[in-house]
Amino acid sequence: MLKSQAAIAGIGATEFSKDSGRSELRLAAEAVFAALDDAGLDPAEVDGMVTFTQDANQEIAVAREIGAGELTFFSRVEYGGGAACGTVAHAAMAVATGMARTVVCYRAFNERSGRRFGQPDARLGGQPTSQGLEMSWHVPFGLMTPAAWVAMFARRYMHAYGVTSEDFGRVAVAMRRHAATNPAAWFHGRPLTLEEHQASRWIVEPLHLFDCCQESDGAVALVVTSAERARDLRRSPALITAAAQGSGEGQMMMTSYYRDDMSGLPEMSVVGRRLWEMSGLGPADVQTAILYDHFTPFVLAQLEELGFCGRGEAAGFVRDGGIELGGRLPVNPNGGQLGEAYIHGMNGIAEAVRQVRGTSANQVPGVRNVLVTAGTGVPTSGLVLSAG
Amino acid sequence: MTGATPGATPGPDPADDELRELAAKQAALGEVRGTPAADPVNAPMIRHWLDAMGDANPAYLDRGVAPPAMAQVWTMQGVRPRGKVSTPVDDVLAALEARGYTGVVATNCEQTYHRYARLGERLTPATRFAGLAGPKRTALGEGYFATWNVTWYADGDEPVAEMMFRVLKFRPRTRTGTAPAGRREPYPLRPAVNGDTAFFWEGVSRGELRVQSCADCGRLRHPPGPLCPHCRSADRSYVTASGEGTVYSYVVHHHPPVPGRRTPFVVAVVELPEGVRIVGNVVDCPPEDVRVGLPVRVTYRAMDDDLVLPQWTPREPR
Repeated sequence: MLKSQAAIAGIGATEFSKDSGRSELRLAAEAVFAALDDAGLDPAEVDGMVTFTQDANQEIAVAREIGAGELTFFSRVEYGGGAACGTVAHAAMAVATGMARTVVCYRAFNERSGRRFGQPDARLGGQPTSQGLEMSWHVPFGLMTPAAWVAMFARRYMHAYGVTSEDFGRVAVAMRRHAATNPAAWFHGRPLTLEEHQASRWIVEPLHLFDCCQESDGAVALVVTSAERARDLRRSPALITAAAQGSGEGQMMMTSYYRDDMSGLPEMSVVGRRLWEMSGLGPADVQTAILYDHFTPFVLAQLEELGFCGRGEAAGFVRDGGIELGGRLPVNPNGGQLGEAYIHGMNGIAEAVRQVRGTSANQVPGVRNVLVTAGTGVPTSGLVLSAG
Repeated sequence: MTGATPGATPGPDPADDELRELAAKQAALGEVRGTPAADPVNAPMIRHWLDAMGDANPAYLDRGVAPPAMAQVWTMQGVRPRGKVSTPVDDVLAALEARGYTGVVATNCEQTYHRYARLGERLTPATRFAGLAGPKRTALGEGYFATWNVTWYADGDEPVAEMMFRVLKFRPRTRTGTAPAGRREPYPLRPAVNGDTAFFWEGVSRGELRVQSCADCGRLRHPPGPLCPHCRSADRSYVTASGEGTVYSYVVHHHPPVPGRRTPFVVAVVELPEGVRIVGNVVDCPPEDVRVGLPVRVTYRAMDDDLVLPQWTPREPR
């Protein structure tokens, strides 16, 4: 069993910006240095590295840059932002099985000043790979941006449960409220009203501009080692109480429109069930949750899939500040990707560690366990981190 | 029927002489007998035809004769012709196709009836190529008018009905209208196609919406794949969908701009009565009129000279 065998011992990040002015490899190295310094470990102790398949910085390149020596474990996790918690899952498995002792997980990109994920790419359906063929049922019709792929689910979700654009807007308002008091957030000091959300232009109906997360330059790194060793390091450890990856039946990348139901996230249900089973915990046992928020509608669907509320009840759950600080389940106290930065979910894991340590700018009182999720609409992953 | 307006004649072209020579040769063949009808004049076919036409006159079946306007029906080739017998017209139409006159529209049809065809008579058609006129500039594009005559004979050599038929074979205009022989700007959003999916795109280019079916267990599947996930069979077939569907979900794309597209445009997940879903655009409908549950029918749009996409249009008047 993986439960509680490994811990996150260090977190690090660059600043979050719209134009970093430096290479992605440099961002990666800076974040890794910061995470190792946070843990009180020397780069020479790193013997494992994990990142996203989509990351442009090879493990060996980052290892060279930070002056690490020999590596005995390296791994990549697939499926866009769905990889985030998966990197920690792989690292924890490597530590638990003795493949490596000190594993660094990282994600670094100039997603705003470089290649922007929100822009259409005509080559998406170009090659007859399995993914190119999958995209070819959608791209020729102009259905080719993440906002559009998610909007298709959002419309069906609205139809199934009578959810409105204002219900989505309440998620954006909550995230911007949290970001407003987080000095590291891009939207620090800039809250959003529901009226502003409703007045923002259409991106892809039924999604307004403020239903879509921002685009960011930046990097985040995490250091994973054994729970036992972590207890002797500089910081109090964030125990990896549970880690899981999940993909659903009939799964596709962002376009799982062909399976029975289009009003949920079955892959997140897989992850949630595994997390609760491995940790022995349930929704009532977490004091705050980091839910992947590249688009607001999927925050609602996640609340349902993870068991925080019943099917179709999430709109009610987020009313009256339900997911805001002081609410029944504060979600993304850092402001999430809507408010803090879009670092493909890795900044959320760092926030979960701060919540467990008790050092967040928007600290939730009495945190013992935090649930973290990764990219939605894709094969995904999740974690339960605990004070230890 | 009038679908085109003959206009001024453009300058001479050597290809025109070749066509005129061929036309003269085919006309010189005179009347060429075709294959006799597969079935004799019969009551069930007459009954179906009257029903389809909404003709309630009981006189035909009471007197054992066929409506004269059915003349063509008795010797039609059917959807899948077997052992087609050529007529003098075929070579002329093929030559026009080869020269780029790929469009066709029927412009005239005049029928002459000599007597009623009686139950039990087996009709035989005979075709005579009458002439070729052109090239002409028309609203559809430059083209030739081809004319021929068909006579239907009863068991002996007694003519029952005659028909003069004229078509315009034309070079379709390009969308820009600048270069008649030029190609359209390539549409940038192309599907990747391989051996597992080619049948779908071939179908679309022929105006068929094909859904993969397992040749062993019969299950339908869209999007298609190389195997049947239910029975592991690699023996794949397809069914042609009815072309009707219902909007299951949809989006209206506003931003950012998409190559080859004008915003806003609608993309929908359409549920087919055959039991699968498919993605396509909803066209010929203002975005604000699209809703979940909207009944739609497939339509085919050429995006450029090579790519046809299946798209969807509302089934009911709005």
